[in-house]
Amino acid sequence: MTATHEQGPLTYPFNEPEGLGLADAYARALEHPGLLRVRMAYGEPAWLATRYADARLVLGDRRFSRADALEHDEPRQSEGQQDAGILSMDPPEHTRLRTLVAKAFTVHQVEKQRPQVRELANGFLDRMEAMGPPADLVEHYALPIPVAVICRMLGVPEEDRPKFRVWSDAALSTSSLSAEEATRNREELRAYMRALIQDHRDHPRPDLMTGLIEARDTGDRLTELELVDLCVGILVAGHETTASQIPNFVYALLEHPEQLALLRERPELIAGAVEELLRFVPLGSAAAFPRYAKEDVEVGGTLVRAGEPVLVAVGAANRDALKFGAPGTLDVTRTGVQHLGFGHGVHHCLGAPLARLELQEALHALIARFPALHIAGDVVWKNRMLVRGPREMPVGW
Amino acid sequence: MVTRMSWTTRIDRDQCLGSGMCAALAPELYRLEGDHAEPVREGIGADERALDAADSCPASAITVRDGGQVIGPRP
Repeated sequence: MTATHEQGPLTYPFNEPEGLGLADAYARALEHPGLLRVRMAYGEPAWLATRYADARLVLGDRRFSRADALEHDEPRQSEGQQDAGILSMDPPEHTRLRTLVAKAFTVHQVEKQRPQVRELANGFLDRMEAMGPPADLVEHYALPIPVAVICRMLGVPEEDRPKFRVWSDAALSTSSLSAEEATRNREELRAYMRALIQDHRDHPRPDLMTGLIEARDTGDRLTELELVDLCVGILVAGHETTASQIPNFVYALLEHPEQLALLRERPELIAGAVEELLRFVPLGSAAAFPRYAKEDVEVGGTLVRAGEPVLVAVGAANRDALKFGAPGTLDVTRTGVQHLGFGHGVHHCLGAPLARLELQEALHALIARFPALHIAGDVVWKNRMLVRGPREMPVGW
Repeated sequence: MVTRMSWTTRIDRDQCLGSGMCAALAPELYRLEGDHAEPVREGIGADERALDAADSCPASAITVRDGGQVIGPRP
């Protein structure tokens, strides 16, 4: 009767789509070494890494591949299995594309944009004040800031926001789209980008898209489809996550009024506070983008066999007591917070320095302007998205 | 003809963010020591991967030199 002792894979994801909680199942997993066995709605069963050291190993070790996912029935939340572009590549192909854009997003380059981002944030706050409370923080602040920044950098017209928001939302949607709908959505977004690329070819200008077109047309360093998908990736990834984290961080701070008060009192804490919030707030509804073992690898005492996928629960790893003291406590005075919020290894978030800067400036300007900031209505959460966050968050001040 | 293979690589620890980019990209050249990366050894051959790592580092913390001349990150 051994069968009764064998536990099948756990149903995954664990987190609720609404709110920012970390599911109890993660807390239980963190109490024991080794990997969990999980199964998502689609694709083959997978290992799930929840501990910090295991997460860092899987994300940072070349024995694990993203490209191999394309040859497997990748564990996923939505029906259609899609090529995630640069996130479905391994070095050296990944390096070829990444190095084309990496320089534009280094700390040094991004820092030059700080005054403009600050001005943008204050401009949107002026408009909110003029409109009067309550105002939807997502629509009038969290979304327009990163959209404006990435549109200017890449060379996409800001006024197209309503158009690409629909596609961008769908691109990060999980189970709400059928495989056909997901494919159609991707093709619409690509067609939109192709038209913009053509316009840039005819009228070059000093932006990232023109630079990438040059790398394609004179350097032959990427294919036309890679060019299109890289621009799409930068546009989508370049605003959706930051637009979600701004209200998420505000929400988390409002739930921890003593931390918010501390941050108001000591604004110089903002950079460290953003790192702590990146650690504390589990952005993802689930681990995504599984890594496939290229050979047998032992991870935290579990033997992962060649060809098996491992999902990495970054939100759980960021609460690993073996790495962080009092991991469940939000403490904006923490220093040296080496969180995995931007991932780790070759796929470490390309836009991390830009996201940091935007989060710092957006939070700082908002809490300085509105000392009595509060939620002023029902927060509507996004549903069935890879990243969690409010869809609407009415605030007063 | 003698080809000089005198490349060296360094990581500025104050700038390093510990993204793990270099150690994942070129584990023969860079490794993570706690929260920061360091070169496995300072002197390297003419290894293109060091330039890739220097170009990819989000903190621009990696430099590669050929003799006295900085060749990475590439302009």
